[in-house]
Amino acid sequence: MWHGIDMYSLVYSFGFVPCACEHQGIVDDQFTQLRKLEDENSPHFVMEVASLFFEDCEKLINNMAIALEQKQGVDFKQIDECIHQLKGSSSSIGAMRVKNACIAFRSFSDGQNREGCLRCLQQLSHEYSLLKNKLQTLFRLEKEIVAAGGSIPRVH
Amino acid sequence: MDSCNCIEPQWPPDDLLMKYQYISDFFIALAYFSIPLELIYFVKKSAVFPYRWVLVQFGAFIVLCGATHLINLWTFTMHTRTVAMVMTTAKVFTAVVSCATALMLVHIIPDLLSVKTRELFLKNKAAELDREMGLIRTQEETGRHVRMLTHEIRSTLDRHTILKTTLVELGRTLALEECALWMPTRTGLELQLSYTLRQQNPVGYTVPIHLPVINQVFSSSHAVKISPKCPVARIRPAGKYMPGEVVAVRVPLLHLSNFQINDWPELSTKRYALMVLMLPSDSARQWHVHELELVEVVADQVTKFVALRLLHMFQISMLLKALDLYISIMNQVAVALSHAAILEESMRARDLLMEQNVALDLARREAETAIRARNDFLAVMNHEMRTPMHAIIALSSLLQETELTPEQRLMVETILKSSNLLSTLINDVLDLSRLEDGSLQLDLGTFNLFAVFREVLNLIKPIASVKKLHVSLNLAPDLPEYAIGDEKRLMQTILNVVGNAVKFSKEGSISITAFVAKSELLRDSRTPEFFPVPSDNHFYLRVQVKDSGVGISPQDIPKLFTKFAQTQSTATRNSGGSGLGLAICKRFVNLMEGHIWIESEGLGKGCTAIFMVKLGIPERLNEPKLPFMPKVPTNHGPTAFPGLKVLVMDENGVSRMVTKGLLVHLGCDVTMVSSSEECLRVVSHEHKVVFMDVCVPGMDGYEVAIRINEKFTKCHERPIIVALTGNTEKVTKENCMRVGMDGIILKPVSLDKMRSVLSDLLEHRVLFEAI
Repeated sequence: MWHGIDMYSLVYSFGFVPCACEHQGIVDDQFTQLRKLEDENSPHFVMEVASLFFEDCEKLINNMAIALEQKQGVDFKQIDECIHQLKGSSSSIGAMRVKNACIAFRSFSDGQNREGCLRCLQQLSHEYSLLKNKLQTLFRLEKEIVAAGGSIPRVH
Repeated sequence: MDSCNCIEPQWPPDDLLMKYQYISDFFIALAYFSIPLELIYFVKKSAVFPYRWVLVQFGAFIVLCGATHLINLWTFTMHTRTVAMVMTTAKVFTAVVSCATALMLVHIIPDLLSVKTRELFLKNKAAELDREMGLIRTQEETGRHVRMLTHEIRSTLDRHTILKTTLVELGRTLALEECALWMPTRTGLELQLSYTLRQQNPVGYTVPIHLPVINQVFSSSHAVKISPKCPVARIRPAGKYMPGEVVAVRVPLLHLSNFQINDWPELSTKRYALMVLMLPSDSARQWHVHELELVEVVADQVTKFVALRLLHMFQISMLLKALDLYISIMNQVAVALSHAAILEESMRARDLLMEQNVALDLARREAETAIRARNDFLAVMNHEMRTPMHAIIALSSLLQETELTPEQRLMVETILKSSNLLSTLINDVLDLSRLEDGSLQLDLGTFNLFAVFREVLNLIKPIASVKKLHVSLNLAPDLPEYAIGDEKRLMQTILNVVGNAVKFSKEGSISITAFVAKSELLRDSRTPEFFPVPSDNHFYLRVQVKDSGVGISPQDIPKLFTKFAQTQSTATRNSGGSGLGLAICKRFVNLMEGHIWIESEGLGKGCTAIFMVKLGIPERLNEPKLPFMPKVPTNHGPTAFPGLKVLVMDENGVSRMVTKGLLVHLGCDVTMVSSSEECLRVVSHEHKVVFMDVCVPGMDGYEVAIRINEKFTKCHERPIIVALTGNTEKVTKENCMRVGMDGIILKPVSLDKMRSVLSDLLEHRVLFEAI
């Protein structure tokens, strides 16, 4: 039960989380597009896609970390593949910063620069966690609002 | 004859003598009778004759004399006494008249004589006057000639012309036969014949200068008569006749070449030329004094004319030059002055401008600084303040759900309230600043009006139900479902108004009514300054929100819409508004060309918020493609491509899912594959479109396309193949075209893009390219 909580403010402020994200460049318009696809038929579309993305991303980052730690020689080809995948995923979901980090990463991996790659990987992880954080907050808010009987304003 | 007492002895009458006497008497009588006749005749003829009485007298005298002589004829022979009587009478009368006449003539003859003298005198006088007039005329002519000559001379500068003209004019004036000018040669020892009147080209005669006649002429300033035989006069070949009189005069020469302006050339140079003038040879003309005078004057003046003329010309030209110079200098001065004035003016203006510039610059910099500061502030607000605050809100609300002690709960509640307030404030201030900037513009679009109200209701219901307030919504039947306007801000306004109603009501009910404002209702007596004018493609939406809350006292109503103003009544409320909400609503409503106001009957009697905004009426929705339509969510209406079977090939799970989501949203029946082998296996003629990702290395999407093409030999069975790629390189496009793909889309694909791509593809079966 919500005692004296200004639901209106909550809901009003809910609208700003994705706005803030977009403003900060964490997500871009593609994310908004995905949110547009949510309707009665697929009410959790964004959450589903995001979960898939998180899985994917974590796996790829782990793979890359392992590959870069190889003492005998870094398999840059594999890293390249991972980056490519990640880039594709992140652009599909609209994770702009992650995508940009991938692009930067690629140049280092093309140059077979291990140090550079490590730095990029770190950056990439950082961006990823940022995004994950934001999105999870968003989803939790959504869940709470829905649970309280409100409805999420749809994006048109 | 009878006895007569004569002294001499009587002699017998001699017949001869008597005859002669007789005849003589007859003739005398005849003459005497004819004289008066003649007199009368001639006097009658003459116009004036003052002595008529004399004439009569004289006539009588003559007649009587004649009568006497006539009667005498009868006395030669024997005559009677009558005859003697008549004779005597006649004689007596004759004597009387003749004496009278004699006496009278004494008076008359002197008169007549004086007349004669006067006549003679007058004749003399007339002759004299004639002479004088002739003289004057000649002088006048001469004067005219001189003037003409002077004029001629003055109009030329050429010495030669001057001299020639002089000769010509002189010749004309004086009717000369010949006129010549002898100029001294350079040596000064000879005189050379330079100019002549009649002869065209004078042959260079020379005479030595020291001839006595020449010396004579040179020594006097007068014109001197010289002999025609003199060498200087022998210009023409000798004629038959006697040559006329010749006169020579000296012509003082001036050195015309060395002129000083201030020195008047002295006449002491004593160089002379000789001018010789000859009267016509066959006339008896003589040189008259006035003619000589004329000649002297001309001779004296001719070179002076030249000199003067030259001098004048020189002086004039100098003067003109000086004047020109002066004028040009003055012009320059004037120009310079005006330039100076302009320059000064411009410098002053420039100084002024510079000052103004400096001031403006300063102002600009200050303004820029202020703007920068504000922008920075806004940026900070935007980015940094919102996000953590939302985190606070979200987390606090989550915290509230956990197990808390009452004190903790209270604290959390307070935190939540404060942060909500802050959040609202920040949003409102951000919006307000943009509103005040004038930078806020309405995002016009077509939207579902009913949906807006439903949304508001959805948002407000939870709170209202908590407070046990009953909310009702009444939409008028004539309210259009769709309208053109700024959906977001309209919702914000309605939400704000309704939210206020909910906030400030502890119990009771809230009613929301919306209808189209009719013209008679448009003019409200409470808002005389608002004159809405509905038109064909616009309507006025009127919304009334009535609550049964605490109400507002009438004097506080005007303050409601002023920002930051808190009234006493509002301060007592728990969840106070920041005071900005209504101000922003007012601004939004104004932007929508509307009006908002609040009515309340007083404290405790609830209040009604009313606003009217202008919205556009969208076009009829019959048209297939409407530019505003994309805003209408397709999940409410019919799906774009119901049941369209499509195949999506993408290795990337996320990407695959997103594409599927897009297509499902558009109503397609989507099959997903993750490899080329699977794709080739699954693809059938049922699939209308195949989307394949071609940017994954190692996966040859092109190969698949070729294989599909091979598989479906007939064109109509083959599905449309569309490549999805993340790069914009030309080589990709060329490759796609080469392998026979029908289209290429750049990832990421938006919903609208996918929709339009599909419709284009299905219509035209080809699309190159939708990037």
